Amino acid sequence: MLKDQDRIFQNLYNDKGSDVSSSQERGDWVNTKEITDKGRDWIINEIKESQLRGRGGAGFPTGLKWSFAPKEVGSRPHYLVINGDESEPGTCKDRDILRFEPHKLIEGCLIASYAVQAHVCYIYIRGEYFVDGQKLQAAIDEAYEKKLLGKNAAGTGWDLDIYIHYGAGAYICGEETALLESLEGKKGQPRLKPPFPALIGLYGCPTIINNVETIAVVPTILRRGAKWFASLGREKNTGTKIFCISGNVNNPCNVEEEMSIPLKELIEVHAGGVIGGWENLQAVIPGGSSMPLIPKERCETLKMDFDACVEEKSGLGTAGIVVINKDQDIIKCMARIARFYKHESCGQCTPCREGSGWMWRMLERMAKGDATKDEVDMLGDVTNQIAGHTICAFGEGSSWPVQGLLRHFKKEIEKRNNLDPIVQKKNNIPYLIDQHLLDKKNA
Amino acid sequence: MSLRRPAKDQPESFEFNASSLEAANVIVSKYPEGKQQSAVMALLYIAQKQNNNWIPLAAMKYIAKFLDMPYIKVYEVATFYTMYNLSPVGKYFVQVCTTTPCMIRGANKLVEACKEKISENECELSNDKSCSWMEVECLGACVNAPMMQINDDYYEDLDKQKTLDILNKILNGEIPKPGSYRGRVNNEPENNRKTLMDVKNA
Repeated sequence: MLKDQDRIFQNLYNDKGSDVSSSQERGDWVNTKEITDKGRDWIINEIKESQLRGRGGAGFPTGLKWSFAPKEVGSRPHYLVINGDESEPGTCKDRDILRFEPHKLIEGCLIASYAVQAHVCYIYIRGEYFVDGQKLQAAIDEAYEKKLLGKNAAGTGWDLDIYIHYGAGAYICGEETALLESLEGKKGQPRLKPPFPALIGLYGCPTIINNVETIAVVPTILRRGAKWFASLGREKNTGTKIFCISGNVNNPCNVEEEMSIPLKELIEVHAGGVIGGWENLQAVIPGGSSMPLIPKERCETLKMDFDACVEEKSGLGTAGIVVINKDQDIIKCMARIARFYKHESCGQCTPCREGSGWMWRMLERMAKGDATKDEVDMLGDVTNQIAGHTICAFGEGSSWPVQGLLRHFKKEIEKRNNLDPIVQKKNNIPYLIDQHLLDKKNA
Repeated sequence: MSLRRPAKDQPESFEFNASSLEAANVIVSKYPEGKQQSAVMALLYIAQKQNNNWIPLAAMKYIAKFLDMPYIKVYEVATFYTMYNLSPVGKYFVQVCTTTPCMIRGANKLVEACKEKISENECELSNDKSCSWMEVECLGACVNAPMMQINDDYYEDLDKQKTLDILNKILNGEIPKPGSYRGRVNNEPENNRKTLMDVKNA
């Protein structure tokens, strides 16, 4: 287990309060000027050496992302945008940072803005987190009052303004270009890449977009050194991470742990074990709903980091662990996730808009045992026609959980759905009817 | 995609009142000059708040003029994002999360409670017209599942009885205390905390 002094988020459970003075006791804002005095190149280099990877799901190296920002500010200003549109089912880590460790985030914004030469920073928070956003706003107001933001912020000689922008319930705005569209006051539909936001982003200006957790760990890394951060976890999967353990466990919780911690240890030690015992475990979704599930056998030895999860054909994603035990109907669970994606598809690309609903309707019928044998393969076919054929990664995100289900629980589906493929009047299979007409409630 | 339609009965006109106008001007000043369109989402929230928690078409037209942008662009935004209510909802607007992490912890019991107490169907006003409920997608409090949101506040760690108690309170016009209903502190592992004990006890 990670030692307490190596935990970055000391106030994760709000034992101490989140105002400036108690944050200073935890080490925030203490020597911000000394850090920025070491210069942009040093900061970016240190982050590169710490091997910090983005905490928002994709795991892109943060130092590398920052180095994409133009070295000289041209006619267009630079922007820093913080992605706090946390909507991935199973994930609730950013919320705790926003409400309990806001000054880690705000100081991180200052350092990151300095590193990428931005004078304005927008923090995009999902609209449902209104109360938590207000707590962050209070922290920002206090920072302005204490001259930690604004002109010559915290004595660093750098001017920075931070504004909060609330989303309004669109999952897709967690995708970085959709987030920019939303910030510009449009529908949140992702843009084609390239051009990448680092060159042409918000209002057509160079923009660096990072997750809340990524930015919030930056000040601590720079204080304690890249070597310290890199010594935690393993090569290319360094540092600590907030894991959200939800679902069928005895004590669902958020906990900050070292990268590469065994999944079993997380569940048994921190979350109090699976309900009904470890033997009652059916499957685990390791990184938020868009990552394929991993069945029990593989969970025994799985290490929770980016590369180890990829080896299991899944992904660490946002580290939102959803534990599903044998009391649950796994097909129904996945059908509900498919319904989520059907609801949240932005509608821009046809494969995703039509396919996400198609997958949901098929899975709903499969959960009831109303599907035919060959529809199981057809479902796999549909997922393959979505993944990789859309503008953004939502296509993958919506089809991977279904592919994971087919990979590990195909027998279960086939056992339940063994109807003959020929249309038989008795079974009342809505085979030749337009499926859209069937879902009246959630059209 | 979700299907969203504006209400049939629409008010003739809409205008920001003084406090909304002030809030709107503050919001517009957050964005660079000429980029006032960015404020449209926040302004829709303000309109929604002013107009009993829903947005009439007249408000969209008003905001379009206010921000000097085409009406259709405002309409697009208002119909795209699900948190803008396009038809009247209750003064107490209950949203129950039923996505998988909540579902496997028993979110359907919360739905049952809403059906018993508020109305048989989603998005229907209760008998006294003060309350309505709907199922929503993940609200991002998965370790506190099952949970629901009433207006801006989160009510966490619920079960059927606790939900019924909360709904009874709001139907009586009281606002129950938000947060965990099992008495746990934020997101810590209940009775099983093994980390940051020094911080807690200090």
